[in-house]
Amino acid sequence: MHIPDGFINAPTSLATGAVAVGGVGVSLRRAAQTLQERQAPLAGLVAAYIFAVQMINFPVAAGTSGHLLGGVLAAVLVGPWAGCICVAVVLVVQSLFADGGLTALGLNITNMAVVGVFGGWAIFKLLRRALPATNASVVAASGIAAGISVVLAATAFALEYAVGGNGGAPVGTVFAAMVGVHTLIGIGEGIITALTVGVILGVRPDLVYGAQDLQAPLTLRTKSEPAAGEVG
Amino acid sequence: MRSSNLRLFVIAGLLVTIGLALVVSGFASSSPDGLEKVAEDKGFLETAQDHLFADGPLADYAVSGVDNERLSTGLSGLIGVLITFGVGLGLFALLRTMRSGSGSNAGGAGPGDDAGPTRAP
Repeated sequence: MHIPDGFINAPTSLATGAVAVGGVGVSLRRAAQTLQERQAPLAGLVAAYIFAVQMINFPVAAGTSGHLLGGVLAAVLVGPWAGCICVAVVLVVQSLFADGGLTALGLNITNMAVVGVFGGWAIFKLLRRALPATNASVVAASGIAAGISVVLAATAFALEYAVGGNGGAPVGTVFAAMVGVHTLIGIGEGIITALTVGVILGVRPDLVYGAQDLQAPLTLRTKSEPAAGEVG
Repeated sequence: MRSSNLRLFVIAGLLVTIGLALVVSGFASSSPDGLEKVAEDKGFLETAQDHLFADGPLADYAVSGVDNERLSTGLSGLIGVLITFGVGLGLFALLRTMRSGSGSNAGGAGPGDDAGPTRAP
C-alpha cells in the first residue's frame, strides 16, 4: 500500500500533501488538548508496534502479499487524533527504509493516516452503536472496521490514480483490482487488529480508548484497594 | 501504583514489538504487496522511481554490511522500532507539555515591545 515516487503525478501528490498536513495538523492540536498523561508512552508503543507489524507481510493470494496498515488499531487504542499521528510517524520513519516515496509521502499519509484512521474510526463508532455494550463488541467492531479501512485506503489510491496517475492504466480496472486484493488484505488487517485489541482488553481494558465507556470510573478502584500485593 | 503498572505494560509491549520486528519479520512473505501487484498487472509498475534513500544504510529493511538476510532484516526492524518509539514518545510528551503550558503558542517569545513599563513623559 506504500506508494512509491512516480505512480502519481506531482500536482496530485502536492494536493494530497496539503490534505496530509491539514489532517496531521488538526490531529496534533486535538491530541494536545485531549491526551492524558499515561497516553504518551502508550502512543509511542502503538506507533512502534505498527512499524513492527507492517514489516510482516502475509500472503493473500497467488504471488501477492499484504501487511497491517494499523489505522483502526491505533484509533481504538489511543483515539483517532493520536492514532493519526502514530501512523504518520510510522510513515515518516519508513522513509529511512526507502519504503514509500518521499514525494508520495502526502499520498501515503492521506490514504493510511487520514482516510484509514478517520474513515475506519467512523465505522468503528457506527458498529459500536449498533452492537451491545460489551468488550466482545469492541473486539468485533475493531476487526470489521479495520478490514473496511483497508478497502477505503485502496479506494483513495484509485481516486488519486484517476486524478493524476502515470502509466495510462484504465481507472476502472485499477479501482476494481485495488478493491479486490485489498478486501483480502483487509481480512488479515481485521484479524490482527481484533487479536491485538482483544489481548489488551484482557490485560488492561482501561488503556483501550475505544472501550472507555465500558470501564467503571477509575477513582473507585484506587481508593478501595489497600497496597497489598504490590511488587515493584 | 497504576503508573508502575503502566510502565510494566509498556515495557512488555515493547518486548513483544521488538520480538516481532527482530525475529518474526524474517519470516514475512516476500511476494509483492497488493498495490505493487496491481501496478504490475495493470502495467504502471515501471513508472515507479527509485527512492531517494534507495542506497541508504537501512534501505529495503536491511542493514548494509550485514550479509545474513534474516539477521539484516531483523536488525533493521529493531532499529526502526526504537526510532519509532523514540520519535512517538518524544512527540507526544511534547504535545503534553504544550498543553500544560496552558494554551496558546505565545510561550516566552514576546515579539512586540508592548510589555515595557509605562514611562513618564
